[in-house]
Amino acid sequence: MKGYNFAYLDEQTKRMIRRALLKAVAIPGHQVPFGSREMPLPYGWGTGGIQVTASVLGAGDVLKVIDQGADDTTNAVSIRRFFARTAGVHTTTRTADATVIQTRHRIPEQTLRDDQIIVYQVPQPEPLYRLESSRIETRRMHALADYGLMHVKLYEDIARFGQISISYDYPVMVNRRHLMSPSPIPAFDNPKLHRMPTLQLFGAGREKRIYAIPPWTEVRSLDFDDHPFRPIRAPHPCGLCGATDSYLDEVVIDDRGGRLFVCSDTDHCAERRAAGHVGTEGLKEAAE
Amino acid sequence: MTDETLLSARKLSLSYGMLPALVDVDVDLWPGEMLAVVGESGSGKTTLLNVLSGRLAPDAGAVWYRDPDGHLHDVHAMPAPALRTLHRSDWGFVHQDPRQNLRMNVTAGGNVGERLMAQGARHYGSIREQAIDWLTQVEIDAGRIDDMPRTFSGGMLQRLQIARTLVTHPRLVFMDEPTGSLDVSVQARLLDLIRSLVTRLNIAVVLVTHDIGVARLLAHRIIVMQRGRVVETGLTDQVLDDPQHPYTQLLVSSVLHA
Ligand SMILES: Nc1ncnc2c1ncn2[C@@H]1O[C@H](COP(=O)(O)OP(=O)(O)OP(=O)(O)O)[C@@H](O)[C@H]1O
Ligand SMILES: [Mg+2]
Repeated sequence: MKGYNFAYLDEQTKRMIRRALLKAVAIPGHQVPFGSREMPLPYGWGTGGIQVTASVLGAGDVLKVIDQGADDTTNAVSIRRFFARTAGVHTTTRTADATVIQTRHRIPEQTLRDDQIIVYQVPQPEPLYRLESSRIETRRMHALADYGLMHVKLYEDIARFGQISISYDYPVMVNRRHLMSPSPIPAFDNPKLHRMPTLQLFGAGREKRIYAIPPWTEVRSLDFDDHPFRPIRAPHPCGLCGATDSYLDEVVIDDRGGRLFVCSDTDHCAERRAAGHVGTEGLKEAAE
Repeated sequence: MTDETLLSARKLSLSYGMLPALVDVDVDLWPGEMLAVVGESGSGKTTLLNVLSGRLAPDAGAVWYRDPDGHLHDVHAMPAPALRTLHRSDWGFVHQDPRQNLRMNVTAGGNVGERLMAQGARHYGSIREQAIDWLTQVEIDAGRIDDMPRTFSGGMLQRLQIARTLVTHPRLVFMDEPTGSLDVSVQARLLDLIRSLVTRLNIAVVLVTHDIGVARLLAHRIIVMQRGRVVETGLTDQVLDDPQHPYTQLLVSSVLHA
């Protein structure tokens, strides 16, 4: 693409972001401020993630972009196209083929490797945001690892609902030191954060924060000894591929209120079907 | 009483602009002792409490705290994290207005449990048990554990604040007019409660009050302040029965004639 630097951002901006990334990697889970740039996309479209991706992308990289698990949403398609144009990199929908994966709301089902980087789009980086509105106070809490308040929130959940009722953006302790928002991924995905071989980078554009989890870092979901963290999943097999261990979306399939549970990770589902796995819906189709 | 103080302050001075709020104030507090700071409005009681607890830096002078291992700490030279840790474990602070300390959008049980959780308690059942135990100790019906503080009366709020503060068994608690916002009828009951709790748990207390009656009821020793200076100090009964300084004599006689 003419008139733009490689991956859109100028080299000076990328250097600045890489410096923030290095700092973030050095202090796992700690939010590092950065000079977020205007991007040719509105906030909420993943401008934080895009800037991080732009700063780590090399000419030989293969990029995958997922939005709520799917590669084919408008958001995912336009980000992929953006980098195909501005960086000329190859793109893919196959998790295994990607070297950089930018994601919103999911972690792929397939185990990621140490030669890959995953970049999360983050709307609100501060895990204490809903509990303590003062930025100065939350910063002090992080500095002193004073996280009693977060446990009060979990306590209140159990007292009121009999269980911890957080299903998305479930707070984690990184490296036994920093409380961190994993971005709005389902709590189901939280165990994948723990000791992941992959470098995990988080970018919040509007809030101008970057944070990271280096490979193999300990990441624990907050809980109580007698109310341990449990990843929640709809108790169904995927209607298309029959998977019983993947995160499911409920989709409406006809105008008579018919519903179906299918893998939210579309690439995972497609690969399983290509390998011969069939769910109930697939069997029905074959019978018709 | 051992000869080693829990908290000592020497030559504390602090001015707000031209106004001297503390002038050369010395304080000693022994473990398990209840010390009352009395004086009329504006005499510097709250200022002294805030300086003693490390919340406000003096212009001159120093405050020393002896930790459970016997080590002395210069409160105003401590790194912020250490001071914060002290405030959420060994120390406690009871405000005149309980709303300043309580989380009004968190249940009574959550309010009492917060300090436990901040100290690393991770067993829901045992946090709840201790919350119930403490609600009972401050005479709040255990059935109110999941209720919001906004449904509590003023006296209950103050007792909830005390439960929230004492749950971690602090060694030293600072109290600023703990009964000041309550009806007279409710005050007496709360004072009895404070006295029995701190006696049983052997907690040292610095209690700020402008009410000589409160000081007489609770305190072993008393400090009388006037315009930022300590004008008289000693055992409560001695000072109040036989006041030496004219200002103390005035304070005592005004109570007698009231
Ligand atoms: N932040 C401040 N700025 C300026 N002056 C202050 C400040 N805080 C207190 N003062 C003044 O310092 C003096 C001592 O105040 P302090 O609050 O310590 O008194 P007090 O004995 O607690 O009074 P009260 O019984 O009314 O609570 C008063 O004259 C007060 O007006
Ligand atoms: Mg005062």
